[in-house]
Amino acid sequence: MSQSSDTVVSISDVSKSFRTGVTALQGISLNIRQGEFVSLIGPSGCGKSTLLRIIGDLVQPSAGAVIVNGKSAEQARLDHDYGIVFQDAVLYDWRTVARNVSLPLEMLGWDRTKRRARVKEMLELVELTGFESNRPWQLSGGMQQRVSIARALSFDPALLLMDEPFGALDEMTRERLNMELLQIWEKARSTVVFVTHSIPEAVYLSTRVVVMSARPGRIAGVIEVDLPQPRTAETREDPRFFEHVTAVREALAGGGQMSKSAPEIF
Amino acid sequence: MDDVATPAAPDTSDGGVARRLATGVIVLGALVGLWEGYKWLWQTAGWTWPFAVDDVTMPHLYKVVEAFWQPTTTGGPPLIHSLLSATWFTGKEALAGFLLGALIGFLIAVVLSQSRLLERGLVPYIVASQTVPILAIAPMVVVGLGSKGVAGWKAVAILAAYLTFFPVAINTLRGLHSVDPRAVQLMHSYAASRWRVLWHLRVPASVPYIFTALKISATASVIGAIIGEAPASIQNGLGGAIVNFNQYYSLEPTFLWATNVVCAALGIVFFVAVAVTERLVLRGAPENIA
Repeated sequence: MSQSSDTVVSISDVSKSFRTGVTALQGISLNIRQGEFVSLIGPSGCGKSTLLRIIGDLVQPSAGAVIVNGKSAEQARLDHDYGIVFQDAVLYDWRTVARNVSLPLEMLGWDRTKRRARVKEMLELVELTGFESNRPWQLSGGMQQRVSIARALSFDPALLLMDEPFGALDEMTRERLNMELLQIWEKARSTVVFVTHSIPEAVYLSTRVVVMSARPGRIAGVIEVDLPQPRTAETREDPRFFEHVTAVREALAGGGQMSKSAPEIF
Repeated sequence: MDDVATPAAPDTSDGGVARRLATGVIVLGALVGLWEGYKWLWQTAGWTWPFAVDDVTMPHLYKVVEAFWQPTTTGGPPLIHSLLSATWFTGKEALAGFLLGALIGFLIAVVLSQSRLLERGLVPYIVASQTVPILAIAPMVVVGLGSKGVAGWKAVAILAAYLTFFPVAINTLRGLHSVDPRAVQLMHSYAASRWRVLWHLRVPASVPYIFTALKISATASVIGAIIGEAPASIQNGLGGAIVNFNQYYSLEPTFLWATNVVCAALGIVFFVAVAVTERLVLRGAPENIA
C-alpha cells in the first residue's frame, strides 16, 4: 500500500476472527492522514470498536498489519502515541479530577511541577477550571467525559482514539460537546479516529466518514465531508450538511442502492 | 492531628449523633426487656420448653453487672480487675494476629491475582484451610512454636491470623479483579507496567473490598485469640477466664456471663476501629462503593 509522508495510520488488509468463530472484521484497508478527523460508523456488530482497538494495540488482528507513524501499533503504544476516550469516562473514583488528568503524566514519569502546569492547561481547555479537587462522581456525565478527554490529550498523543465518547449523553450535551471537541481538535491539531452510531454526529465532526457494514465487518464506503471549517451551530442547518447525512445513510443502507430520500427526513 | 478527635464524621444522612445514640439506647433497652421479660414469664408460668429458666441458665442482668465488682476469690480483687488485664492480654494477641493475617491475606491475593493458573490451583487449598477447625491446628502451632522457644501468646496470635487471612485474601482477590477492563486498557495505552497497573489501579479499586473483609476479620481475630488460648493452656487471657469460669458455672453463672460481655465488647472495639478507619480512608467516597 502506498503511503504518503503525512500518513499517521496505515491499515492494510486487517481481519479479525474471534475464537467463537465470529469474523468481526474482514479485509480492512484504510489510510489516515495527519490532522484528519475520521469517523467509523456502522450498525452494531460491524466491528468498528474492534477496529479502533486494533489501531490502539488493545486487540490483536488475526491477519494484516497496522502501521502508526511508521511503527508497529505495539511500538506506537509503547511510545505513548495514543490517547483513548471510551463511551464512559472510566475515571478513577479515588482520584480527584486533577489527579485523574495527571494519571498518564505520572505513568510517563513527568515531574510534579510539569504535571501541575499541564493539568491546569488541560482543565482550561475543557473548561473545567475550578473543579480540580472534585471527585469524578460529583460531576455530571458530560463533565466527566470532558475530564476523560483532558486526560487523553494531556500527554499530546499523536492520535486520539474515541469509542462512542458521547453515546451515553443526552442530545443537548452531546451537541455542545461535539462543538467543544472540534475546538479542541483545532487547537491541539491532533488526528482523531472517532467511533459513533450517530450519522449527524459523524458528518458534523469529521473530515471523512468511513461507513462499515456488518457480518463480517467491511468498509462499505468512504465519504469525504468537505463542509467548511471551522464548523459551527449553523453547519447543522447547511443544506450540504443534509446532503452528506443522506450520503452516509445511503452508504449504510447498502452503497447507494436506495433512492435519494428527502434530505430533511432523519 | 486535630482531626483524630472527630473520627465519626457528622452523619448528614440520618439526623446526627443524638438520634443514633437514642436508637442505640432504645435497642439496648428492648434487648434487656426481652431477656428479663422472658425470664419472668417462663419462671412465673413454670414453662420448661425449650428449656427450663432459672437463675443459672438466665441470671438477672443486673446481677451480671454486679458480678464485675465481686471478688473471684475470698478477699481477692474484683472480677473487673482480672477481666481488664485478660482483655488487654487477649486484645494484644488478637491485634497481632489481625495485622499479620491481614498482611498475609493481602499478599496472597496480590500474588494470585497475577496468574489465573495460580489462582485456580491454589484457591481450593485456601478454602480447605478454613474447613480444618482451629482446635485441630492449635496444638501443632502451639507445641511446634513452643519447642522453638516462641512465647505462647505469639502462637495464639498466629492462630488468630489463621482465621483473619482468609476473608482478606478472598475479598481482596475479588477487589483486584473488580476493575473495569477499560481502565486496564487505559493503563496499557500509557504503556504502564504490570506493577503500576497493580499499584495505581487494582489495589486502590480493591480498598472497599478489603475493608469489608477487615470488618469480618476484626471479630474473627478476637474469636481466634480467645479459642487459641485453650489448647495453648494460657491462663492470662479471656480464653483462660472462660475455661476457668466454665468449671464454676453452676455455682456462679454471672462470672461467665460477665466474661462473655467483655469478649463481645472487645470484638466490638475491633470492629469499630476498622469501621472508623474505613470512614477516614474512604472519606468522600460515594455511598454506592460497597
